[in-house]
Amino acid sequence: MLKVSGIDVYYGDMAALSNVGIDVNRGEIVAVVGSNGAGKSTLLKAISGIQRPRTGTIRFNDTEISRTSTSRIVEVGISHVPEGRQLFPTMTVLENLEMGAQFPRARKCLPESLKKVLDYFPRLKERLSQKAGTLSGGEQQMVAMGRGLMSVPALMMLDEPSLGLAPVLVSKIFEIIQRINQQGTAILLIEQNVFHSLKISDRGFVLENGRVALTGTGEELLASPHIRKMYLGL
Amino acid sequence: MTRLYLFLAVLFAVLMALPLVLGNYVLGIFVMVYFWAYVGQSWNVLTGYTGHISLGHALYLGVGAYATTYFAQNFGLSPWIGMFLGGFIASAIGLFLGFLGFRFGMRGVYFVILTIAFAEITRLIVSHMEALGSFTGIFLDFDPSFLHFQFRGNVPYYYISFGFMVVSMVVVRTIERSRLGRFMVAIRENEEAAQALGVNTFKYNMLAIAISAYMTALAGAFYANYIFYLHPNSMFGMATSIELILRPIVGGLGTIFGPVLGSFILSPLSEISRAYFSKGGLEGLHLILYGVVAILVVLFMPKGVIVYVTKMLNPILKPETARQGKRGDDADGR
Repeated sequence: MLKVSGIDVYYGDMAALSNVGIDVNRGEIVAVVGSNGAGKSTLLKAISGIQRPRTGTIRFNDTEISRTSTSRIVEVGISHVPEGRQLFPTMTVLENLEMGAQFPRARKCLPESLKKVLDYFPRLKERLSQKAGTLSGGEQQMVAMGRGLMSVPALMMLDEPSLGLAPVLVSKIFEIIQRINQQGTAILLIEQNVFHSLKISDRGFVLENGRVALTGTGEELLASPHIRKMYLGL
Repeated sequence: MTRLYLFLAVLFAVLMALPLVLGNYVLGIFVMVYFWAYVGQSWNVLTGYTGHISLGHALYLGVGAYATTYFAQNFGLSPWIGMFLGGFIASAIGLFLGFLGFRFGMRGVYFVILTIAFAEITRLIVSHMEALGSFTGIFLDFDPSFLHFQFRGNVPYYYISFGFMVVSMVVVRTIERSRLGRFMVAIRENEEAAQALGVNTFKYNMLAIAISAYMTALAGAFYANYIFYLHPNSMFGMATSIELILRPIVGGLGTIFGPVLGSFILSPLSEISRAYFSKGGLEGLHLILYGVVAILVVLFMPKGVIVYVTKMLNPILKPETARQGKRGDDADGR
């Protein structure tokens, strides 16, 4: 459903990604792992149209989207949950969630989407009228993911959802990601938490210095000596 | 909620009746209060809600004043119509500035510099244009009639400026409740996140600057026909740009009542201290006083005076929310 081929992304003269290709099939969880500065977030920004690639193609459901506007990309079904939650701190939780559904298709099914989100994250029910900036880190992550779901995406891209969360919460977030996936949403997951993310993923890509260094199924990658040595310290 | 509306209705009635009891001089002070509240509100639309700081808003005020006057003097066009044309010209300039700023991702100080540059360039152009009076400025002939937007005494100006202010509050309230307002606040709080959610931030930034410029220009028409003298330095200069942003900042940015409250604090202070100090041969001292007030507010009430006023008034005006909403620091009197 998503096919990124041979993209180069530059910040000024510096190449952040060179000749990167990944793909996500319907119903899959795909992880992109790598260390700081490997270009993981840049990849997501390129897909959602925030950072344009210099070369290469990005196809979603067989339509080229590398020059499509960000708002249009959200409308066709790719939602981007950015790194570090990026909520609107003085808006309430409900307002934050509603911000995720601001185009006709999503607005039409806003009540159902909201119900679904509260089903995934029951904790948010009692927080709806609270300002998002007053929530704990874990709750903020829930709002960010919920907001991403409000656009009724076919593909949800998560940038470091476990960043800065307590271990208990990390497991919980990964569990919910799996549940969202079981309901039919494909997931593209960016993580530094290599072990956890490869474990729940169908396939994975390892980014190093802006290039795809390794690819395979989640199990294959977890078993690979390179990954074990470089990322898991085993 | 009803108590709040009752309070506002009483306030409205009192202000409407003021000309019955107040003399011309005091009414003049109120005119300035309403005028600067209106201009501050116009600026607030852009900077208060979307967070893009404009330090060149005098540009739109000047364009409104000059355009209206130019049309009136050369084509005999009534300022009542001319001011809307001036509004469109200001909007066009605002959109051009916005296009450069927003399309090329200018943020923070770079956007500020862009707004200053536009105002300064316009000031210099007008200073050297014969048709616009160059650096001697334009004197308006006093020819009182409703059609000319000119009146004897301050009472008509009082009601017009009051009307400007009230309408601007209604407009901003409408914007605030609409999707446009929601998107503007989202841009202010986190432009990248708004974009990632699919909000066309460029479009809403452009809308905000166009509305803000348009509203500011209307005030220019009022100013021209109240002061009767236009000078490029006073209409486009940095001092005016700063003057017009002080009130919303002191009152509370991004709120409807902020610019109004700020103007009720600063405008009388400005008028009275100016009159008082210049009598004593201390011209300019009022600016120092001004600066001190601004510094104190920024230091001790960084969110504006409105936050404290709402906190004080909430138990009286909104007993239901005051009881349960301890955590809500809702500053805009909703």
